[in-house]
Amino acid sequence: MLVNIWMRGGLYILLAIPVLIGVGLYWKAAPLLQHQSLISLLFSSKWFPMKGEFGFLPFIFSSVYVTILAFILSAPLCLFAAIYLTQFGKQRLLNFMLPVIDILAGIPSVVYGVWGVLVIVPLVADKVAPLFGTTSSGYSLLAGGIVLAVMCIPYMLNMLIEVFHTIPVGMKEASLSLGATHWEMVKHVIIRKGFPGIISAFGLGIAKAFGETIAVLMVVGNTMNITLSPLKSGYPLPALIANNYGEMMSIPDYDSALMFAALLLFVVILIINLFFRYFIHKTEKI
Amino acid sequence: MKQMAFTYQPNLLSESVTMENQTEVAEMKKDSPIIEIKNLNVKTSEGKILKDINLKIPKNKIVVLLGPSGCGKTTLLKSLNRLTDLYKELKVSGQIIIDGQDIMKAGQNLAVMRQKMGLLSQRPFPLPASIYKNVAYGLKLKGIRSKKLISHSVETNLKRVGLWNEVKDRLKSPVTSLSIGQQQRLCLARGLAVKPAIILADEPTSALDPISTKIIENLFKELKQHYTIILVTHVLRQALRLADHVVFMYYGEIIEQGHPDEILKNPKTAILKKYLVDGN
Repeated sequence: MLVNIWMRGGLYILLAIPVLIGVGLYWKAAPLLQHQSLISLLFSSKWFPMKGEFGFLPFIFSSVYVTILAFILSAPLCLFAAIYLTQFGKQRLLNFMLPVIDILAGIPSVVYGVWGVLVIVPLVADKVAPLFGTTSSGYSLLAGGIVLAVMCIPYMLNMLIEVFHTIPVGMKEASLSLGATHWEMVKHVIIRKGFPGIISAFGLGIAKAFGETIAVLMVVGNTMNITLSPLKSGYPLPALIANNYGEMMSIPDYDSALMFAALLLFVVILIINLFFRYFIHKTEKI
Repeated sequence: MKQMAFTYQPNLLSESVTMENQTEVAEMKKDSPIIEIKNLNVKTSEGKILKDINLKIPKNKIVVLLGPSGCGKTTLLKSLNRLTDLYKELKVSGQIIIDGQDIMKAGQNLAVMRQKMGLLSQRPFPLPASIYKNVAYGLKLKGIRSKKLISHSVETNLKRVGLWNEVKDRLKSPVTSLSIGQQQRLCLARGLAVKPAIILADEPTSALDPISTKIIENLFKELKQHYTIILVTHVLRQALRLADHVVFMYYGEIIEQGHPDEILKNPKTAILKKYLVDGN
């Protein structure tokens, strides 16, 4: 009986945590919403805290941009690596790779940030930018995207390997016995059957990339820009919160604005998760 | 032990042979083995799974591989279409001659070779697609693109396994809407669609209810007119009902083989006698 109460209690606390975070953020962000409309907050580029004008578009744009960039760079790599490791490579290679992936996932994000500053930023400034006939300080959306991609890889790769391992060997045998080549079997069975899992892994990667703070903050330049050029700097939402948290009490409504940024992050990640859940639910029926 | 088959001679039918010879050759060909296994060994780092298997599988017969769980029946079956390649820990050696070709030799076109053998597993493994696409899958792999041909084959083979009337109105539905018994028949239809010569069945009724089991067994009896069926089972009564030839295996070795009446009613070895007593 007592155990039952403990279990139920634990469950309710777990369920309450996201609700409490959401309510808390909304409560703190509410004063800003009284002064400025939601549309103007989301779609304005005017950021003048001293005048009480808060337009989040450049931050939202930078966040979405680096996330997409990180996804484009990491998703195909993870998918092909997971297919190779589980379907074509030797067991020894997989046994070697699994702890390597775990180590990569365990590295603190600040280390990735330092690595980004020391390696990726100079690489973008000295090698990538001249390739396109332009100059860049290196502190750019591209550097942010690359660092984020590297950070997402262990999570996505680990999950994809798990997904491909769960596909029954009988299904592979069925496909091969009908005359499929190994690659056709991978295409028709592994990818198709694992599709909900692949989407799930990608969703996890995107959510991680969208919310990642410190490593991106260190390499992305932190200047407000709405630009399609990946060689220019940007200023994602998490970086905005982290950089300005210390001074938020000194300017009126600034704390509300930063809480609104946090609420925005929270809602976007919630929506990404719900969207992927829905998508998985739909594809699992096939 | 009864001699089941003559040595396979693929080039016997030449233009120069006389009418008399032709009849003789036709008789021989009818009884000639479709598969000949020579000195097949399968081992892992922990030991041997199959030990020196020598076996001739006669054409258009139901050959039952009988034996307790873990005796190597399934491994033997999977060796026949080289699905053992999927298991990296297995080391396979020996010869498996099908249509005069040793499929164990390197450089074989495995896809073409496997299409000669339909596989039916212990439980159905439908592909993640609709009922229609499951049956059409093998045909598309063969490069057949004509929708008319594919639709015709889907209908014919679903009728053949007695599933057409049950699914004809929902061919686009996912396979998960079918019962396990129906899924197993669908898997059989899927295998038949690629026109194999041999059906490899690995305890195909072990997950089925008695009615579905009976349907599958009756299908096998009909199908043996056109196909060679190699059936793995540990159910004695099923072996008696279906087998034209029984191969009894124990710990990776063939202990006895012959006509079911011969070996199941008058077993020669103590192991088989014990198995029959325990099994009954």
